[in-house]
Amino acid sequence: MAKLNREDVLKLAQLARLDITEAEIVEYQDELSKILAYVEKLQNVDTNNLQPTNQVGGLINISRDDEVKDYGYAAKDLLNNVPAVKDDQIQVPRMVD
Amino acid sequence: MNIWKPIVEIAQDVRTGKTTASQLVDKSLKLINDYSEYQAIIVTLEGNAKHRGAVIDRMVSEGKDPGLLAGVPFIAKDNFLVFGSDTTAASNILKGFKAPYQATAINRLEEAGAICVAKANLDAFAHGASTENSDFFFTKNPHDKTRVPGGSSGGSAAAVALGLAPFALGTDTGGSIRQPSSFCGVFGLKPTYGLVSRSGVVAMGSSLDCIGPITASVEDAAIVLDVISGTDEFDSTTIVKDERGYIVEPSDLNGVKVGMVKEYMTEGVNKEVRAAVTKMANDLKEKGAEVVEVSLPSADLALACYYIICPAEVSSNLSRYDGLRYGYHVEDSKSLHQSYVQNRGHGFGKEAKRRIMIGTYVLSSGYYDAYYKKAQVVRTKIINEFQTIFNKVDFLLGPVAPTTAFKIGENIDDPLAMYLVDVMTVAASLAGVPAASLPIGTDSNNLPIGLQIMANQRKDRELLSLSKALEEIVG
Repeated sequence: MAKLNREDVLKLAQLARLDITEAEIVEYQDELSKILAYVEKLQNVDTNNLQPTNQVGGLINISRDDEVKDYGYAAKDLLNNVPAVKDDQIQVPRMVD
Repeated sequence: MNIWKPIVEIAQDVRTGKTTASQLVDKSLKLINDYSEYQAIIVTLEGNAKHRGAVIDRMVSEGKDPGLLAGVPFIAKDNFLVFGSDTTAASNILKGFKAPYQATAINRLEEAGAICVAKANLDAFAHGASTENSDFFFTKNPHDKTRVPGGSSGGSAAAVALGLAPFALGTDTGGSIRQPSSFCGVFGLKPTYGLVSRSGVVAMGSSLDCIGPITASVEDAAIVLDVISGTDEFDSTTIVKDERGYIVEPSDLNGVKVGMVKEYMTEGVNKEVRAAVTKMANDLKEKGAEVVEVSLPSADLALACYYIICPAEVSSNLSRYDGLRYGYHVEDSKSLHQSYVQNRGHGFGKEAKRRIMIGTYVLSSGYYDAYYKKAQVVRTKIINEFQTIFNKVDFLLGPVAPTTAFKIGENIDDPLAMYLVDVMTVAASLAGVPAASLPIGTDSNNLPIGLQIMANQRKDRELLSLSKALEEIVG
């Protein structure tokens, strides 16, 4: 794999919603390229007739009844960690102008 | 260094009034303070722990039984949600986060009478193999202060090795219980995937994450597992516990079939580590066990497979950190988008960002099939190889890590070198099989060497039984 360029790293940061510094862009270009080059060795492995593993314990579609249960939590307590709350709602920056 | 009695005896002493839960809490808090220079602990839960100690002592005085772990203090890795102080996962982004509910494992321990006294240091979000990725400070190895305790459960393993509490809880996604246990000379168990509920534990790689005990002895680990294991309505991946429980006698070694993984005994592994493992194999033979060499042909692919699947799941799990509902928050962001990128960009540490970016890459359209899906298929190949082996033998033995504890700073500037430390622990994680690290000796620098013992899925009971027999051999 070719080395990630500056635009590749910026694109990844944009997709991942990460603000990164100029120094980080340079660092990640090098580090991420090395890591991706290492994991690339899987691409030559013969995996014909094998299915992907999603659940290693073999469980399939664990479901429960769709019912409301009261576990005794107050909405106020659950909002304790929210930086900005108004009328028991989470306040976020304006999305639409 | 451990100055605690076996857990069963401690609880018995509390029940019979020979000691009190309050005294045990005070003892643990004092030890944490005395050994603070090792930086194993992020925060103590002094107020809560003392209160719980008093509650348990009152139960005893009223003739009630507080449970199997009556008054036993323990330390939780700081990625467990526990009441009474912040839960940070050793990350800046979670500084000040107060658990709104508790982890199932913590609730079960409390119901059995145990008392959480402190939260232990870790690599932030459990990303690492040395605890140097903690956003706060690094932890020193109890056997040599210039060396790392391993990671990511480095604080938990160091705490048990220092004897700060009788046991600790850790999490293991690719080796994070086993490798620090090996580096610190304590027993650590990663149970079968799903045996312990992850509800209330900061998620890392959800198809891999396991919770388990770190203890001074196999017996202690068995009791803790017995208390915390089993299905949980809050974690749909949980499986039923063995109806016989996990408190076991040492297995009869005569006729036991043990495989030595030949790919884990190559020259890349330190000579002294290999010698210690070989000695255990020979001791087993002498006791009548059948020891054979087995092959895990894809052993060298496991790490590459892991470092695709794990960061992919990390990037997904960490996407919930938007800084709006909880966590680090930049005031006065101009837009929602700017708020996300600033909260996450400034809140996450280097390794978390690195893994998020790798994960984003391997999951992005155009690369998904070549990386993530391919890794999931290679995972199947590895699982099949384990099944082939477990058709022939009951257990697998090998080293936990290629070396003993390395120097602080030795691998910190090379992320790939740090990943390679996990080379012998990730296969068991990918296959979801139980695996333990048992201390079997020291190298010429007096640093502990760990033996990795693996068994097939849901054979945790048998794994503990064999570990106990091996522990007796080591003496």
